[in-house]
Amino acid sequence: MGRYLIIRLGGLAMMLFIVSVIVFVLMHLIPGGPYDESKMPLSEAAKANIMRSYGLDKPLWEQYLRYVGNALRFDFGYSYQSPGETVDQLIGRVWLVSLQLGAMTLAVAIPLGLLLGIISARHQNSWIDNLVTFLATLGIVLPHFVLGILLILVFSNLLHLLPTGGWDGPKTWIMPVIAYAVGPMGIIARYTRVSLIDVFGADYLRTARAKGLTEQIILRRHVLRNASVPILTVVGPLVPDLLTGSIFIESIFRIPGLGGYFVSSIFARDYPMIMTLALLSACVVGVAYLLTDLIYLVIDPRIRLQ
Amino acid sequence: MMQRSPAMTAGLDAEPLAALNPVRKERTPRRQAWQRFSANRMSLVGLAIVALLLFLAIFAPLVAPFDYDEPDFTAAWLFPSREHLMGTDGIGRDFFSRIVYGARTSMAIGLSAQAIALVIGLTLGLIAGLRGGRVDFLIMRLVDAIWAFPRMLFAITLLTVLGSGFGNVLIVLAATGWIPICRLTRAQVLSQRERDYVIAARAIGVSERRIAFAHLLPNIMGPVIVAITIGVPEAIFAEAGLSFLGIGINPPVPSWGQMVGESMNYIRYYWHLALFPAVMIGLTMLGFVLLGDGLRDALDPRSRS
Repeated sequence: MGRYLIIRLGGLAMMLFIVSVIVFVLMHLIPGGPYDESKMPLSEAAKANIMRSYGLDKPLWEQYLRYVGNALRFDFGYSYQSPGETVDQLIGRVWLVSLQLGAMTLAVAIPLGLLLGIISARHQNSWIDNLVTFLATLGIVLPHFVLGILLILVFSNLLHLLPTGGWDGPKTWIMPVIAYAVGPMGIIARYTRVSLIDVFGADYLRTARAKGLTEQIILRRHVLRNASVPILTVVGPLVPDLLTGSIFIESIFRIPGLGGYFVSSIFARDYPMIMTLALLSACVVGVAYLLTDLIYLVIDPRIRLQ
Repeated sequence: MMQRSPAMTAGLDAEPLAALNPVRKERTPRRQAWQRFSANRMSLVGLAIVALLLFLAIFAPLVAPFDYDEPDFTAAWLFPSREHLMGTDGIGRDFFSRIVYGARTSMAIGLSAQAIALVIGLTLGLIAGLRGGRVDFLIMRLVDAIWAFPRMLFAITLLTVLGSGFGNVLIVLAATGWIPICRLTRAQVLSQRERDYVIAARAIGVSERRIAFAHLLPNIMGPVIVAITIGVPEAIFAEAGLSFLGIGINPPVPSWGQMVGESMNYIRYYWHLALFPAVMIGLTMLGFVLLGDGLRDALDPRSRS
């Protein structure tokens, strides 16, 4: 177990290194810099001063090494687009909002998706099943920004029930969470249905019934446990996606979260911010995959470490 | 005799039977595929939506009542009416015409991005699967490296490097779009290349190139076609997203994503500017996904759940 963890963490570090190199190269390929005439009309001397204080006058390889060296000590530098604030202060402030949104979305999508999937599988091929499957498909297919706009038009414009955007209080949370949750919910419902139907046809279930176990125990001990492995396979990758913020949801509902900074940082050539955001999302993805694999081990003893 | 059961006709000669039933249809693979496809009403709905969108895209100049880029400042911000079916935008351009031309942008992007992706993905997938060894290793590492990046972040960064516009959007979408097709093709080739028909072809001295294109390709096309119908809406969705952010298609060429993005500032007053492009994007996604589901049932029967 310890050995396995060390190998996996080593792999994660390797991936972070590769991501850092590629992102560094790509962002310096973008023409222009953070203190160009068009962005910030400064005198030559002032510009040179700023460039020097941020180390932008150094050769690129030295800038890269400096960034990585500092990042290893959790010093990510100052954000160019938000002067006076370090990158980790800025990310800490805005990521909190995205985390809130993502956590609420997960709290809606996972239980409801499971519930719909179970109902669907229990009544396989009935009208309930068809309705749930159709709604799940619709949820997966409709882009969440389309759904968000439709929600705004109905609940803000037409019915005047909810504010069109912002992020203060439960009233502003409802629509973004719904728009964001419907897609993952549909995916979870569909996979839950399929994997439950697979389990319902299995021999061990007939055996369990034959030896007289109650339906309650069969559901808990045999059905859910066996069905949870394929379900986990789809939930795992959804989690990091939802926790790092959505560019579109945050833009449509004017939520001051992390998502918008992916775009604005690239536009502003905010190099430390771009690097840190890329490393952060790679890190969240890597950790989520690792945790998913560890949970597999707990729920399914047939899965062995490799 | 209303119906002939197999038992009743079993002893009869073939010839009089054929005379009795001259319109008997043959069960060709194509006909079977169509039967499987049309058995599900939703796939027919998908086909109808996609056909309608293609019609709008091809015949946009005939369908649209106005020029898509003709401003009329005396008729700005109009709500839908009989003259302007979907109203007008901030500088008085007929919104219905812009929506119709938007179909052209979406279809052009979706289909050509997928066409480029198909050529690259199919070729590299065939090479990787047939050659194996070091070539296979290199191609698959390239695939892994590109796939490890979040697609949207990759697209945004690359587009900022290249600059926005139709051609560059196409390049960016094709740059990631070939990956699933390459993976699928390689997996299909691996599962087919030891089959008897391939070994037989090799035994009688057919060249590797001919084996790849004349023997393997027809046998792996089914799943590949399904992958394309999944790839087209993905490309359309990505284009809409990029244009929404303002780094996709450049104005004045209309794109639904761009129209949605611009409408966000006025959504409280001018609902029509947000509603119609959003509905069109949703409809397009729905049409292609339903069509893709139907095609999967029809062409790749093993994958049916």
